[in-house]
Amino acid sequence: MNDGRRHLLGMSDVDSSDVERILDTAAGFEDVVERDVKKVPTLRGRTVVNLFYESSTRTSSSFELAAKRLSADVVSVKAAGSSVDKGESLKDTVRTLNAYKPNIIVIRHPQIGAAHLTARWSDAHVVNAGDGKHQHPTQSLLDLYTIRKRLGRLQDVKVAIVGDVLHSRVARSNIEGFQMMGLDVTLVGPPALIPPGIEAATGVKVSDDPEAMSEADVIYVLRMQHERMEPGQNFVPSLREYARTWGVNSRRVRPGQVVMHPGPMNRGVEIAPDVADSDASLVEDQVEAGLIVRMAVLYDLMTRPSMGTVIDIRERTGEWGAA
Amino acid sequence: MPVSAQKTRILLDADQIARTLARIGSEIVERHPDLASVHLVGIRSRGVPLAERIRDRIRETTGVEVPVGAVDISFYRDDVGLRPGGDDRIGDHPVVGETVFDAAVEGATIVLVDDVLYTGRTVRAAIDAIFDYGRPACVQLAVLADRGHRELPFRADFVGKNLPTQAGERVRVQLMETDGVDEVVLIGGEGDQA
Repeated sequence: MNDGRRHLLGMSDVDSSDVERILDTAAGFEDVVERDVKKVPTLRGRTVVNLFYESSTRTSSSFELAAKRLSADVVSVKAAGSSVDKGESLKDTVRTLNAYKPNIIVIRHPQIGAAHLTARWSDAHVVNAGDGKHQHPTQSLLDLYTIRKRLGRLQDVKVAIVGDVLHSRVARSNIEGFQMMGLDVTLVGPPALIPPGIEAATGVKVSDDPEAMSEADVIYVLRMQHERMEPGQNFVPSLREYARTWGVNSRRVRPGQVVMHPGPMNRGVEIAPDVADSDASLVEDQVEAGLIVRMAVLYDLMTRPSMGTVIDIRERTGEWGAA
Repeated sequence: MPVSAQKTRILLDADQIARTLARIGSEIVERHPDLASVHLVGIRSRGVPLAERIRDRIRETTGVEVPVGAVDISFYRDDVGLRPGGDDRIGDHPVVGETVFDAAVEGATIVLVDDVLYTGRTVRAAIDAIFDYGRPACVQLAVLADRGHRELPFRADFVGKNLPTQAGERVRVQLMETDGVDEVVLIGGEGDQA
């Protein structure tokens, strides 16, 4: 299906030249968000709908601000509860909002595939702002931007992604995005939190030795995703034990390494406060990058020639971890 | 001759481009003798090297180094989302560059510099962009070539060469800094007898 719309549903919707272009466009927005008049008229008269079925601070606020900085009209809809079922209710909401003829719909939803369904049910370009543990592509783009800006390159940068990979859409998008851009990815964490078979499926390295972090240029710390663990499931013996073995603290970080975290941070669990607040931490750089990268994504969807397709989520059964 | 061959004609060679820019430089000096508030601002991408060359000519004749800035119009285009097939009324510009000023915009005499003046839409976008950085005392326009076919009410204050063209024709400016060669070429339109 190619009806002239483009979507960013997952990192497989972009190739390395798309990523380069989006990061370069984001760099062009750096000066816009620093100057007195922090707005450009690019999307004047266009409408962006932010549809958030899951709690979010930085993603929803940065998408809203990104659209406003581009002069679009923005409607932000937050579903009251997070237990909205996929199916008719989502469909009805999307159909209702679609009646306002938005140019872009940004959606976050706890169910895998919600963004794909939104693309099918609406006439807008759709951006996936997180669907369950599946994908969160703008997070990967802003992480790539942050790394490129700090280290000056992407090729062959060694990244250790540490912690709860199993429940993390950030990890899924980043493994795809980092590998696409030539970074060298190692997953580090207790085996119970690393998806089985992921080495064979993606070509990443896996280590259950915390010392593997010392090899990396970038330590990418994942949040413990309590909300995606069923009650009674014990992936780690205790949070204290986890923090002692896998927590990234100042003894762990050697000079020259940088530390990233997609937020929100559980201080004292996966990341120690002394690291979070240190010069090695790029957490605030990531937030700054989030705004300009999302501006670049909205701009890119509205300006580039159409080429996107909606892939049926059911055709993605080969995709690891999404089932 | 292949059917697809398009007739091309060199309108300005390297030597003529150099002399044209020197003349624009002296006209700017003539118009603004003290040069104190003059700020050359090139429109990305080819306006920027042209602005730098005009600055060099002005320095050679007066000893004054005027500031040079660069403005990227990508975010100020009037055709965002409207051009699935492409449209050359505003030069296509795939990579977004930085907008930088070498001096305050507030109160400055901005001389915008571009390679070709055509529809005027690029100039409109550039002026809008500049006003988001401050309120200049005045904005003037210097172009290497004016090919006519305006769609907005603009005229250039400093014109290198007037090039009467037909709508189907294209004017291609190539510069050493961006293309490795200095020349302005007219490329025949579709209806041309190739």
